[in-house]
Amino acid sequence: MTATVESAPYTVEEVCEHFDPVMGLEVHVELNTATKMFCGCANRFGAEPNTNVCPVCLGLPGSLPRVNGTAVESAIKIGLALNCQVRERSGFARKNYFYPDMPKNFQISQYEDPIVFDGHLDVPLDDGSTWRVEIERAHMEEDTGKSLHIGGATGRIHGADHSLLDYNRSGVPLIEIVTKPIIGAGVRAPEVARAYVTALRDVLRGLGVSDVRMDQGSMRCDANVSLMPKGTSTFGTRTETKNVNSLRSVERAVRYEMGRHAGVLLSGGSIRQETRHFDEQSGTTSPGRPKETFADYRFFPEPDLPPLEPSRDWVETLRAGLPERPWERRARIQTEWGLSDEELRDLVNADALDLVADTVDAGAPPESARSWWVSYLTQQANAAGVTLPELAITPAQVARVVALVAEGTLTNKLARQVVDGVLAGEGEPDDVVAGRGLAVVSDESALTAAVDEALAAQPDIAEKIRAGKTKAAGAIVGAVMKATRGQADAARVQELVLERCR
Amino acid sequence: MSDITRDDVAHLARLARLAVSDAELDVFSGQIDAIVDTVSKVGEIPDDVPPTAQVVPQTNVLRPDETEPSLPRDVALAGAPAAEEGRFRVPRILGEEL
Repeated sequence: MTATVESAPYTVEEVCEHFDPVMGLEVHVELNTATKMFCGCANRFGAEPNTNVCPVCLGLPGSLPRVNGTAVESAIKIGLALNCQVRERSGFARKNYFYPDMPKNFQISQYEDPIVFDGHLDVPLDDGSTWRVEIERAHMEEDTGKSLHIGGATGRIHGADHSLLDYNRSGVPLIEIVTKPIIGAGVRAPEVARAYVTALRDVLRGLGVSDVRMDQGSMRCDANVSLMPKGTSTFGTRTETKNVNSLRSVERAVRYEMGRHAGVLLSGGSIRQETRHFDEQSGTTSPGRPKETFADYRFFPEPDLPPLEPSRDWVETLRAGLPERPWERRARIQTEWGLSDEELRDLVNADALDLVADTVDAGAPPESARSWWVSYLTQQANAAGVTLPELAITPAQVARVVALVAEGTLTNKLARQVVDGVLAGEGEPDDVVAGRGLAVVSDESALTAAVDEALAAQPDIAEKIRAGKTKAAGAIVGAVMKATRGQADAARVQELVLERCR
Repeated sequence: MSDITRDDVAHLARLARLAVSDAELDVFSGQIDAIVDTVSKVGEIPDDVPPTAQVVPQTNVLRPDETEPSLPRDVALAGAPAAEEGRFRVPRILGEEL
């Protein structure tokens, strides 16, 4: 079924002439722990269906959950990075609902006492200003299995004749991060939403607790949007848009819902509180599964899991180990390397910042390190259809190539061949230099012999040079470079040619 | 005194995905009413007693993040009424999404 395309009749500017938007963003992040939240099954994306399952994550009778300590640690780290307080005593709760993606018929989550609460994130906006997003809470829960609906044209449930369930994802540790209502952003609401999710992704990546791949579902955003008439302070009815799978979609989904709400409200209608489904293709939303109301989840304390009381020492140790915030690090790097805003943005957009930084840490000057990653290596990545971080060369290897050029062993041209060799799996840069015989020919007697040979082969040109037409030397230099397979230093060859013709 | 109505029972039955006949609604509403009344005795406990969900005085029972063997897939699927393509096959989910 194709989603009914409703046009959003109002632009954000028009919406904000009448209303103030209110947003609440819920971001689910799958942790990259080795195992699931409550059992020792591997937490791995892309495995064969139902190969990482056990009695616990299949919800078989008699099985008992056991909490993954690393997942708790990651949850605390996330809370600290978001300036949250860590609850002294927190526990798990059962959220009851019947749906085949949860074989137990309840999801273990947290309810009244989430592990971390009351924080904020100062989010950098496009114009360089900062927007503070208040964080309500972040809590631990488990992900659901994956359903495949058979018989429906689009894979959604409507029209499906039956569903197939893969429980590999069932029980994967999930952290849900919930903002307080974001009020006052006005026309910038869609941008603030995107900027928040971007900043959150960067923070989580910096913490190393999740792959944060929106395209693979390891980070997912639900956007709650409502409008309140200008000058009032009572929130309007909200809708919750799911399936927002990219940063750009976060912005589009909020913009679309703002326009749609305004259209309904200004024509005298009312907004129905519902879950809506975002369609990436059309940029629109359509009504989704009618949700159980909150009371219907009948939350109650999970009797099988004792409470958590993170010690102050543990929390302070984790706090001391927090990395620098990504944008603070970027600002520092920009100053240290003397980059323009545009150069920095290009590095960030190409996912090259960490690679360049690591290359610099491995001893390369910032300018050379940056130049390799943004030009030649970017071309190679594009040609191979992979991202820069996926390229089969490490920052340390790039730094070694830079060093070989700096010490005169390689020309830039040879250096590119060495990089090609590393990418082709021929080993470390030094192995490629040896294996392909790529070092610059710096043996003066060998070079002189090559020059003499070239002069002898082209006596008429040699004569011109001797007659003072030094420009003619280029042809001899070219011949020598060809004879040495480009491995000579052209400037030195030029000098030798002139010396030999003196 | 609680007051469980037929509508409450119908709602609960829907949440539990159970088909309940009209006659059963009457029977169950009476029975559930009695159960809720009994449970509501908990309300007689003084307010200064904290809610208790755990009787074992343990905290921070954590497992190291180390993988343990999963079930072989055929074993995992063995108890399923139906399986297809290595997955559990379930009936169409009715009326859940339009």
